[in-house]
Amino acid sequence: MTRRIIILGGGVAGTMVANRLAKSMEDEIYSGALEVTLIGDTDRHIYQPGFLFMAFNEGFLEQFTREEKYLLHPKINFVADGAVNIDVEGKKIITPKQSFAYDFLVIATGSYPDMDSVPGLAAGGHTFYTPEGAERLRYEMLNFQGGTIMVTIDVPHKCPVAPLEFIFMADDYYRDIGIRDKVRLKYTYPIGRVHSLEPVAKWAVKEFEKRGIEYEVFFNLEAVDPEKKIAYNMDGSEHPYDLLVAVPPHRGARVVRDAGLGDEDGFIPTDRYTLKMEGRDDVYVIGDATNLPVSKAGSTAHYEADVVVKNLISELKGLPPSHRYNGKAFCFIETGMNEATYITFNYKQPPRPVPPSEMLHWFKLSYNEMYWLSARGIL
Amino acid sequence: MSEINITKTIDARGSYCPGPLMELVKAIKRGQVGDVYELLSGDSGSAKDVPEWVNKMGHELVYCKEDEGFWRIAVRKTK
Ligand SMILES: Cc1cc2nc3c(=O)[nH]c(=O)nc-3n(C[C@H](O)[C@H](O)[C@H](O)COP(=O)(O)OP(=O)(O)OC[C@H]3O[C@@H](n4cnc5c(N)ncnc54)[C@H](O)[C@@H]3O)c2cc1C
Repeated sequence: MTRRIIILGGGVAGTMVANRLAKSMEDEIYSGALEVTLIGDTDRHIYQPGFLFMAFNEGFLEQFTREEKYLLHPKINFVADGAVNIDVEGKKIITPKQSFAYDFLVIATGSYPDMDSVPGLAAGGHTFYTPEGAERLRYEMLNFQGGTIMVTIDVPHKCPVAPLEFIFMADDYYRDIGIRDKVRLKYTYPIGRVHSLEPVAKWAVKEFEKRGIEYEVFFNLEAVDPEKKIAYNMDGSEHPYDLLVAVPPHRGARVVRDAGLGDEDGFIPTDRYTLKMEGRDDVYVIGDATNLPVSKAGSTAHYEADVVVKNLISELKGLPPSHRYNGKAFCFIETGMNEATYITFNYKQPPRPVPPSEMLHWFKLSYNEMYWLSARGIL
Repeated sequence: MSEINITKTIDARGSYCPGPLMELVKAIKRGQVGDVYELLSGDSGSAKDVPEWVNKMGHELVYCKEDEGFWRIAVRKTK
């Protein structure tokens, strides 16, 4: 009898799992013993870190987009209809056209920035966390003649270093075009330091001071007045801006919420070591879709994919799923237009940053291309 | 001592990024006035960071105590 695996979501995590699984179990797929189906909601695959570059006119969406079917192993069934329900009792995924039964399910539906979660933000703010947002913001950044650019950050959000990269790149950009003296850059952060990771915060503050970037800690955006251009902090203070760049709270995919599987924000309760959905032995959750207290990042998805694929293979071969996710994450940090550094950590090991260098910057830039090998399951 | 009704316990042990306090901020922003969130943190820094944040933002620290190898910190959303 054919065993059926469904991977829901064709982003970083879903594509990697599907490809690695198909590669490792090619014989079973060819013999008809195994069927791997990936259900996405679009036929395009977008490399999201590209949005940051788009905001500074360092690239266009097409450059960061591929057709999903060309990234996938040829024996993976690819369906781009989008799921409207996840029926974990009946073990099936329902799209507007069809119903797909599974033996094992991998949920990889990601997260999205919710600009509607703060009153006034959608009308008064910009974001570079979506393709449309990055395009709108690019226009504002390139036409900005002077005034205050303010960055606000909310939790949860993906890629915890992107907001820092944004402010450093903005500093470089306005220096390059010669109007930095007219641009006031103001970075804010919800807690008592400028980044949740202490070493990153220490390093960033030094950079802020060197570059004349203002920063405000304990800033939790509660509302925005789009007319008056004021951002309100939870402590009641008012912060005027000319251009507001927000990283709003993220939510899990709508289908997760509609299916009643997520918490109040749509993130799925997941075992931090086995990556199984709580209470479900046949459902794995991976990437941004989990409720785990780990960074929502492509690299996290990558390390989790290793564990999920190995465990799926074990289970298909009748072995116990013995592999454990140890919380590993890795992030490059662009420290300007020409330099970068990186951090890595896991559940037990706190991160230590390395000195920024031009080489790491080039490595990050080349990763923008290497990503496609990674998604294909080659790297 | 009157009984404390915990709305939700957030297990942020092993979290460096976003980190325990950020997990708490998320819950508080999302929650209702009067809710009490209990944070479990393996990072001793939380015992200082969390009360400081609660104080600045005007919420209420219910307790902050050490358990076996981790911290239990409860916060009431007051506004
Ligand atoms: C500006 C920016 C910069 C970033 N920089 C970095 C970086 O430098 N390093 C890093 O590691 N990470 C970075 N990230 C984060 C990274 O892109 C995400 O964490 C990663 O994409 C998460 O992978 P995922 O597979 O969980 O979710 P996604 O890649 O978002 O994929 C989710 C997929 O699920 C699909 N889906 C949703 N609902 C349905 C449905 N109902 N039916 C079918 N399919 C559905 C979506 O269409 C999507 O394709 C960045 C993100 C942004 C926005």
